[in-house]
Amino acid sequence: MKISYEEAAHVAKLARLRLEPAQADKLTVELNDILTNMDKLGQLDTEGVPPTYHALALTGAMREDAVRPSLPREQSLANAPASDGESFIVPRVI
Amino acid sequence: MEAHDLSLAQARELLDKRKISSVELTKALLARVEATEPRIHAYLTITPELALAQAEAADQARARGQSGPLTGIPAGIKDVICTQGVRTTCASRILENFVPPHDATLVGRLKDAGMVMLGKHNMDEFAMGSSTENSAFGPTQNPWDVKAIPGGSSGGSAASVAAGSCFYSVGTDTGGSIRQPASHCGVVGMKPTYGRVSRFGLVAFASSLDQAGPLTRTVADLAEVLAVIAGHDPADSTSAPRPVPDYRAALNRGIKGLRLGVPKEYFIAGLDPEVEKAVRAALAELESQGAELVEITLPHTEYGLAVYYVIAPAEASSNLARYDGVKYGLSVREKTGNLMDMYYQTRSRGFGPEVIRRIMLGTYALSAGYYDAYYGKASQVRTLLMRDFFNAFEKVDAIVGPVTPTPAFDLGQKTGDPVQMYLSDVFTLSCNLAGLPGMSVPCGFSSQGRPIGLQVLGPHFAEETLLAVGQAYQQATDHHTRRPAL
Repeated sequence: MKISYEEAAHVAKLARLRLEPAQADKLTVELNDILTNMDKLGQLDTEGVPPTYHALALTGAMREDAVRPSLPREQSLANAPASDGESFIVPRVI
Repeated sequence: MEAHDLSLAQARELLDKRKISSVELTKALLARVEATEPRIHAYLTITPELALAQAEAADQARARGQSGPLTGIPAGIKDVICTQGVRTTCASRILENFVPPHDATLVGRLKDAGMVMLGKHNMDEFAMGSSTENSAFGPTQNPWDVKAIPGGSSGGSAASVAAGSCFYSVGTDTGGSIRQPASHCGVVGMKPTYGRVSRFGLVAFASSLDQAGPLTRTVADLAEVLAVIAGHDPADSTSAPRPVPDYRAALNRGIKGLRLGVPKEYFIAGLDPEVEKAVRAALAELESQGAELVEITLPHTEYGLAVYYVIAPAEASSNLARYDGVKYGLSVREKTGNLMDMYYQTRSRGFGPEVIRRIMLGTYALSAGYYDAYYGKASQVRTLLMRDFFNAFEKVDAIVGPVTPTPAFDLGQKTGDPVQMYLSDVFTLSCNLAGLPGMSVPCGFSSQGRPIGLQVLGPHFAEETLLAVGQAYQQATDHHTRRPAL
């Protein structure tokens, strides 16, 4: 087993996903299947090989720190599930 | 010949000669959409009023002598690409009612070039999938055989171009999502070099791999769309600050003396014999036109799938953290609930099974204790995969081979087995990991009548070479002129 049911439940929590028990069971099996296929990576000696996070050698795209027009407030709030016309409204935090 | 059977270039010629107006052409295509949608379901949103208004504007521009290659040509856009004022769902319940406040940069460029937008194309939810069966709003069917998948994730785009319910579409490709459906639907599709087309306004899946590109019926049509969408964008700091070459001129370069690498790792057991036969015949055609076929090796090919299915889900789990029910999209709030409950409920109800699977996989691969073994290791093997390509491109100008191991499979055939589904991308995903341009060109049909594609890969920013190879092939063959009996 690469990943236990408990570990899968923990990962779901980290990802803010609530899984039904049957769904968590199924996912645990599937994740084990997928992760087993990734064992292949361990066969390779990568000592001293630098990692690649980005395929192009682009660095430091800088621009002037200039003020530019941004979206008007009404448009920014247009897709809000709940708003009071000035802010996004969320359930009580504390 | 009916309007919907034309290529983009043929439609443009009729418009230029005033044999048809854009409004007439658009009405004909909207009728085609209506006729074909019940059988293929390539669109998630259809925008007839917008299309007719754009067509009218295009006719007026043409009358004033202000027209370009795409002016007044009806198109569709994959629903992962933001369109101002037009619902953009990513085929997900979580964005079902999302109406973007701005256009993606590439959409703005197409509008400036006179696009007529017929609607938004179906896809796998958040572009995660290889069959379009992961759409929360139902799958797309393949126009060549409605029992078959169209490929994915840009399955709606490819099916629509094949069915003639648009002249071109722009899709996205993170691990094969343009090339694989193009191959399965018998159309041309290109993933340009990473950074060639702006990603601003694309709903992010895996930011170091995502790239948008055209799907068309011919290579010549593809060059016209690419010419409009390519180029640096100050709003995307990963877009490449380099000039866009003349893609149309590149079409007729010819391929005499071009060295084409044939990777032995792409002709393996498991490659369908009919696919191999069609691809080998295509290679012979290219050779007969003066290209030199060179056997090459890409020794780390077999690790590509594992690298991809660590890196893409890792980036996805981070990108998809933004769907929290606060600023846009689905928000599930129970009366007694607190903020944390809102996050859990919104995300669990809003995401489909494949998206949840990948978020779980990515979160796991990035989590404490596993980061080095999975994400760290995969990022190092990614370097080895890239070196394979760079070594190959010292000897050859482009690489040619199959797009997929098999022709399109049946709907439902692989939905129960994620690993089998992932294997459909085995020849396409290394290209994304290395940031290379790649193209699929129709090169034949299986005995069941399902299309087969030839893949052409090039070094960074070698889109012109790909276009030259594809054009040379299409000038000598007629697979791209066949239309499905839909």
